[in-house]
Amino acid sequence: MSPKQTLKVAWEGLTLNKARSFLTTLGVIIGVGAVIVMMAVSAGAEAEIADQINALGANLIMVMPSFTRGGFGPGIRGGSFGLSYGDLQAIAENVSGIDGVSAEQGTTQDVRAAGVTLEDITVVGTTAGFPAVRDYAVGQGRFVTDEDVDRSSRVAVLGYGIAQEFFGDQAAIGQQITVGSVRFTVVGVMVEKGVVGNTDYDSRIYVPITAVFDRFVPARFGRDSVGVIYVSAESKHRMDSVMAQVTSLLIERHDVDPAAPDFSLMTQDSIIDTAASTTETFRDLLAWVAAVSLVVGGIGIMNIMLVSVTERTREIGLRQALGARPRDVQLQFLLEAVILSLVGGLVGVLAGVGGSALFDAVGTMRTEVVPTSIPLAFLAAAVVGVFFGYYPATKAAQLDPIEALRRE
Amino acid sequence: MADSLIETTALTKVYGVGDVAVHALRGVDMQVKGGEFVAVMGPSGSGKSTLMNLLGCLDRPTEGTYTLDGEDVSRLSRNELARVRNRKIGFVFQSYNLLPRLSALKNVVLPLLYDERRDLTEEERHQRAVAALESVGLGDRVDHRPNELSGGEQQRVAIARALVNRPSIVLADEPTGNLDTRSGAEIMELLTRLHQAGATIVMVTHDPECAEYAGRVITLLDGRVESDQLNGPGGRT
Repeated sequence: MSPKQTLKVAWEGLTLNKARSFLTTLGVIIGVGAVIVMMAVSAGAEAEIADQINALGANLIMVMPSFTRGGFGPGIRGGSFGLSYGDLQAIAENVSGIDGVSAEQGTTQDVRAAGVTLEDITVVGTTAGFPAVRDYAVGQGRFVTDEDVDRSSRVAVLGYGIAQEFFGDQAAIGQQITVGSVRFTVVGVMVEKGVVGNTDYDSRIYVPITAVFDRFVPARFGRDSVGVIYVSAESKHRMDSVMAQVTSLLIERHDVDPAAPDFSLMTQDSIIDTAASTTETFRDLLAWVAAVSLVVGGIGIMNIMLVSVTERTREIGLRQALGARPRDVQLQFLLEAVILSLVGGLVGVLAGVGGSALFDAVGTMRTEVVPTSIPLAFLAAAVVGVFFGYYPATKAAQLDPIEALRRE
Repeated sequence: MADSLIETTALTKVYGVGDVAVHALRGVDMQVKGGEFVAVMGPSGSGKSTLMNLLGCLDRPTEGTYTLDGEDVSRLSRNELARVRNRKIGFVFQSYNLLPRLSALKNVVLPLLYDERRDLTEEERHQRAVAALESVGLGDRVDHRPNELSGGEQQRVAIARALVNRPSIVLADEPTGNLDTRSGAEIMELLTRLHQAGATIVMVTHDPECAEYAGRVITLLDGRVESDQLNGPGGRT
């Protein structure tokens, strides 16, 4: 029998019981759709993370204290308390190829203004370089200046959300706010930035870093320690040089073992890489879950093909009597299984792409369909069809024509 | 006999082994010449179904040889048997065995689809199937499905299907078994007409009325040929 004829016969076999064929296909549709959606979800999550990290600022290097020293033993030289404001100044003066530096030292305070009290607000002490290195602009008024830092001025720049909560549409600049028990004058309001990573920038308040040192840090903790230092390189290819300079400078200043420094450097790329390795594991896991559902779909096909072979035993016997060779019968049933899985694959691709778009549109989940996932899922469906169709088809081909014809 | 279409020698079929072995055929020698109309009779268990399966190349004998149209088919592989069935044998079953979802025409086309020797176009297959249906008097029923046809008509479609590949022999297994007397008689008349037109027919039946139409009656008993006699013209045995 010609391939075209076999295909026709297989198709007729499937249309014989449309509802059943559809339900059988559903398993594959769900499997293939799941593969595509799962991969789109994890690719979306990855892209989201990359976007957020890139939003930290251009060519940014973050220097953080490292607490992996294992306690205060006698072997610790220098006995430094992480990073200091002096480190920041040393970097600004000695490292070449940088655009700007800044630092953060935060404190959490209750803030009152205009009769409203907001509890547990993050008050970030920082320097004039902050908006530039962090790529975060001032909306109204001005930011903290070098002069403010020198004088430890009690001036505050509000995150967009804080300004809204306190003053609504009224002008915030010039207003007084009370941070803890200290009064500050509002000099600026930042633009709206939203949540990046775990930080809601709009609900923070920015003040001179020296104001935090003087007013909110108990003397015994070392009055000039900072939580993080930001260094912005002039360009992408200066990053390595800047990182090397910062590292050697801080090792010297802190007098620590170069093999076990008390600080660490991070760039966007290193964060993205870390995040990517996490999401890759996540994606692999999702892909396996989806693959399992595809296998379940395949078992559904095998099940229904076995039923079909049993039901159509007499037809198989007749075809054999009329001259169908075992191969013809095998091919006919194999094709039925493959058609089921390919149609399922095709609809599954549409469902997967559509489902991903739907998630993206109505849900909070960002999805990006991975182009390779489409041929991959389709191919997987075809393989499932051949794999799970083979046994029922072979069983049909091996039927004894006499037995088959005798079956009612 | 050189001009025998069917020639069996000591044809034996044993099902099972050892104590449970069933000797369905115990050495059948028979010859059928081209153009003969032979009825095979015998009580249940006499081996006539087994003989029919062997003659139809649906099964292979345990021992003995079977030569069909000059070819020893008793030791062929399953694939080769399928080819022989397709080209040399036309089956007519008691229960017609039409595929219910296909039209009469498509049912008749089926054997042509499995014939790889002839490279027929769809148009040619169609024409031959229509011709076969016309030869059994169903030229006006080609597009009907089996459930739209009477039992007699369905059996005629089955006969058209058996003829469409121009086989060497037509094997009919109780062709009137599911039909009322009148339809049965029509089918027998149709087979007789085909026989007169040159077809070789071997028919299994337990109905003596049907056997009357045949030119020769072979009676089996316990797996052996008990009698083999010619029917007088229109006379009873």
